[in-house]
Amino acid sequence: MRVVLAEDLALLREGLVSLLESHDFEIAAAVDNGPSLLKALVDHRPDVAVVDVRLPPSFTDEGLQAALEARRRVPGLPVLVLSQYVEQLYARELLADGSGGIGYLLKDRVFDAAQFVDAVRRVAAGGTAMDPEVISRLVASSTRDTPLARLTPRESEVLELMAQGRSNAAIAEKLVITERAVTKHTANIFAKLDLPVTGDDNRRVLAVLAYLNR
Amino acid sequence: MNGVTVRETRLQRHARAPWRGLALYLLSVPATLVGLWFITVVSMITSFVGVLLFPSAAMLLRTQLDAYRSRINKWTGVRVQRPYLPEQETEPGVLGMIKRFVGLASDPATWRDYLWVVADPIVALFTAALPGMLILYGVWGYALATFAGGLIGHYGGSDWYTWIHVDSGYDRSAERIVSTVVVATVCIVVGYLIGPKMLTVYGHWGRLLLGPTRKSELALRVRHLQESRSEAVDASAAELRRIERDLHDGAQARLVAMGMSLGAIEHLLDRDPEKARILLAETRASSAKALSELRDLVRGIHPPVLADRGVGDAVKALALDHPLRPEVNVELPGRPEPPVESAAYFAVSEILTNAAKHSGASRVWIDVRYERGMLRITVTDDGRGGARMEDGTGLRGIERRIGTFDGVLALSSPVGGPTIVTLELPCALSSPKTSPS
Repeated sequence: MRVVLAEDLALLREGLVSLLESHDFEIAAAVDNGPSLLKALVDHRPDVAVVDVRLPPSFTDEGLQAALEARRRVPGLPVLVLSQYVEQLYARELLADGSGGIGYLLKDRVFDAAQFVDAVRRVAAGGTAMDPEVISRLVASSTRDTPLARLTPRESEVLELMAQGRSNAAIAEKLVITERAVTKHTANIFAKLDLPVTGDDNRRVLAVLAYLNR
Repeated sequence: MNGVTVRETRLQRHARAPWRGLALYLLSVPATLVGLWFITVVSMITSFVGVLLFPSAAMLLRTQLDAYRSRINKWTGVRVQRPYLPEQETEPGVLGMIKRFVGLASDPATWRDYLWVVADPIVALFTAALPGMLILYGVWGYALATFAGGLIGHYGGSDWYTWIHVDSGYDRSAERIVSTVVVATVCIVVGYLIGPKMLTVYGHWGRLLLGPTRKSELALRVRHLQESRSEAVDASAAELRRIERDLHDGAQARLVAMGMSLGAIEHLLDRDPEKARILLAETRASSAKALSELRDLVRGIHPPVLADRGVGDAVKALALDHPLRPEVNVELPGRPEPPVESAAYFAVSEILTNAAKHSGASRVWIDVRYERGMLRITVTDDGRGGARMEDGTGLRGIERRIGTFDGVLALSSPVGGPTIVTLELPCALSSPKTSPS
């Protein structure tokens, strides 16, 4: 699986390169600034891109802008955005085209190599990987929504994990329940939130995110 | 600071102006009395009693004339500021008293105040009071035409209404009565028509004597700058202390603990690998915690979106995290200077917190735009209103902080709502923004 990597701190960039290489990823390019990131993304068309939000030369949201621009030119290009902080505003912009293949994680999540690699694979496969903090803030700021308040605590947990982009199997493992129970919970959630039922995992996640983003 | 702004229709303005003019004219009665007292005190100045009484007389005069200032500001559309030079701290004792006397006596505004008291009754009569007088004269004309003219003639009186003779033949002369009615109507119509205009003229007259001169304007400005500068320095020093404390008690302490844990792990690696593994997991959790504390700290110093995108998107991001989900409308062709952006951002943040805490609002609208050299931000909520600057809701603090940039804050919050807080910060915009909105 070919990866384009953008991170301006050499230490972290090398760490990410060795982490990904040790999990059988092929690094197509590892860049350290916004303009060369856009070029690398459009030239290499990688299976997935791992991008730091803040990049030189401006040290603003250059990485995010490059990723969004690349996705405009190459629709559906899978991008996993890493950042020292997560913002709902940026999450919305990343999810705006509704086509999936998007990840937005805190840099801390790299600490857990297995989970991080799992997130990269998920994004590469067209899924989503949203940081738990993004999701909890999305949920917290939708307190006005009464349908959310009707969810049971367990259903809320399932909703948050589902919004993060996890599969039923992963949710079941995390909550130590059976997959059948998860399926039942998700059906209940969709009924309570009045969302269209779909068998496709990715579309299901996008529907939930769109709901929270309203 | 203009508090509540009530919009009047043109009709209302014309209807009210003559009576406002008369009210202003009537103010000259107490003002003249105070002026008499003032000049009496001045005449005693060679004696110690004069020196002793002078400050209180001057202050009384100032308070009296503030009544003019506030009404002129409210009614005429001309803004008159207090012109007085900043007063020194009062010292006790005879020396302090003499210093105060010299300070007040050498302030030109004190003497301009007296000039006002003497000249205003005459000027007001021909400006502010004129429309009201005309209308009253018109009403008198109607009274003559209907019954008073007949009465005067009946009892053998003789009077003149403009050129119309009112005597015993008056109530039998249709010509005279019709002329009276015409003249009276013209007086009333003209009175109402020229009312607002005359008030404006009067306002300019007010500004001439009651407003600051160039010199006192500068002195006031210097004082304002001194105050806002020392406040800004104090605030930033306090902020630095807070950051230092947060780092010291937070991330720094955690890093020390992590270092110690790593030492222990090194030690345990061979003897007790199981325990080492547990410690490692704890250390990792600790590093994540340190990072999250640093993140919160950074957000409080300078929010990342503000740095990345500027105040427009930063306010949008703020709104997204706010439980009331305010609607945000931004029209900024560029970015203000970073300090102004930061001040504006934190002001909005605080106003939103207030709205959520005190107003009981269910909806909030934020409007950010750039007009005539001003960054103007309006935050409106549909809460219960009745908010006041003095309530300790932090609005004073915001006003002080944006005051460093010559920004002003206006609050309109009638009981029952809505509450509208408007910020205006003079600033220049840098290059047009390139990021998508």
